Amino acid sequence: MLEFSILLPAILNGLTIGAIYALIALGLTLIYGVLHIINFAHGSLLMLALYGVFFLHSLFGIDPYLALPVVGIALFGIGYGLQRFVIGHAGHGRDENILLVTLGLSVIIENLALYLWRADTRTIETPYSFETLDFGIAFIAVPKAVAFAGALLVAALLWLLMTRTDLGRAIRALAKERQGAKLVGINVEHIFAMSFGIGCACLGVAACLLLPSFYVSPQVGHAFVLVAFTVVVLGGMGSFVGALLGGLIIGVTESLGGLFFGESLGQLGIFLIFIIVLLFRPTGLLGQKA
Amino acid sequence: MLEIRGLHAGYNEVEVLRGIDLNVAKGEIVALLGANGVGKSTLNNTLSGIYRPFAGRIQFMGRNIAGMRSDAIVDAGLIQVPEGRRVFPNLTVQENLELGSYRRGREQRSLNLERVYTIFPRLKERIAQLAGTLSGGEQQMLAIGRGLMAQPELLVLDEPSLGLSPLLVEEMFGLIQALNRGGLSILLVEQNVVQSLAIAHRAFVLEHGRIALSGVASDLLNDPGLKASYLGV
Repeated sequence: MLEFSILLPAILNGLTIGAIYALIALGLTLIYGVLHIINFAHGSLLMLALYGVFFLHSLFGIDPYLALPVVGIALFGIGYGLQRFVIGHAGHGRDENILLVTLGLSVIIENLALYLWRADTRTIETPYSFETLDFGIAFIAVPKAVAFAGALLVAALLWLLMTRTDLGRAIRALAKERQGAKLVGINVEHIFAMSFGIGCACLGVAACLLLPSFYVSPQVGHAFVLVAFTVVVLGGMGSFVGALLGGLIIGVTESLGGLFFGESLGQLGIFLIFIIVLLFRPTGLLGQKA
Repeated sequence: MLEIRGLHAGYNEVEVLRGIDLNVAKGEIVALLGANGVGKSTLNNTLSGIYRPFAGRIQFMGRNIAGMRSDAIVDAGLIQVPEGRRVFPNLTVQENLELGSYRRGREQRSLNLERVYTIFPRLKERIAQLAGTLSGGEQQMLAIGRGLMAQPELLVLDEPSLGLSPLLVEEMFGLIQALNRGGLSILLVEQNVVQSLAIAHRAFVLEHGRIALSGVASDLLNDPGLKASYLGV
């Protein structure tokens, strides 16, 4: 019964969705790590990005993968603006205020989407939607394979940005030492907004990779944001590699859980692993002590 | 180079500095002395644009920088090496230094890196080590090195000897003097009166938010008032 020919495709499928989880979680962990903001609007912004991809395709016939630069930059702009002109001001520097502001933003964005686009679930059809790739051991749908490769590529680019550029160094410096950062001339508000913008750009990319094999509705963010939070905590708050690793683990767990317990109980395994890891490593897999 | 006139400053609503006059000329080491809590760090942070002054002028290189943003003040060339070092603990030694030239001296970054490593060979040995894992003395070297990376016109050193062993303190003051002889103007903010006066050209003594004494460093060293309040003799 436990045949390799079933197990292996399930693992591969899990890795593809896991890479998307990782990408969404990377944005979340970047924003948390630098701004110490738990961004409740993360899921709604992903939903917004998915609608962006959807309308670019249905109104203008733009392929989701070609829309990637547009949606990525648009989400970056939205994120930058939100942090610089809304969250930063409304928070008055208090974490609990910021928490409420992002929660409020998510309520507004979601209900605006419900009002404008109704609660319908929508999908797009691309020429490659039902194409598969033969890996010898398993068949993988083309959109999923692209999503996997794309997500890992973006994660690698993000890592290069964080370690090889002055912007990345400034972001990491600001995460730990605000006054030192000011004294080398880092513009704190600007770098905060850049971090938020880059975190949101990850959502734009995730949306483009996701939609060819997924759907969009005003509530679509919920499914992802809960998992993304789990990934972030599992990997260790603020840890990049942790988010990547956590995303893949969660993806595979979900996929295998679905295989053994059925689709509706698939996510059960996620939270089991989550609880077990936290029991033994309260800071997450790769998290540092506070 | 730096001319402070009638400066009132503090944080939140509390006025800590109540009318400060102080100046640093090009090529000088000027010591600003005072015990804990008299407002030394408030002055530094007002100079660096972390706090906004309540009143007064801060003339730097012919411009009034009072109330300017911290990044604009870095652009102008006034670089502070803060109390407690404030290095970036999660970045490597090299990355800390590179960020020193985040705004100023970016073109000469590799040249200045070599220069800093020549001044502090210890840092070169620890090039890829995270700054948070350095010893206190090494962190102080890194903080000064990071400041030098911005090619400062004026370097403000806030308690560089704090928390260092006596031997290291000696080394640190020697180094400050060497930097000054290389042409760097320095405002040295210290509690360590004797050693500061030994290397400074002039000095100001801050008490309760006002300048209580000022003059040529060697004169102040023999001042009976200073002896009474700081040296306990």
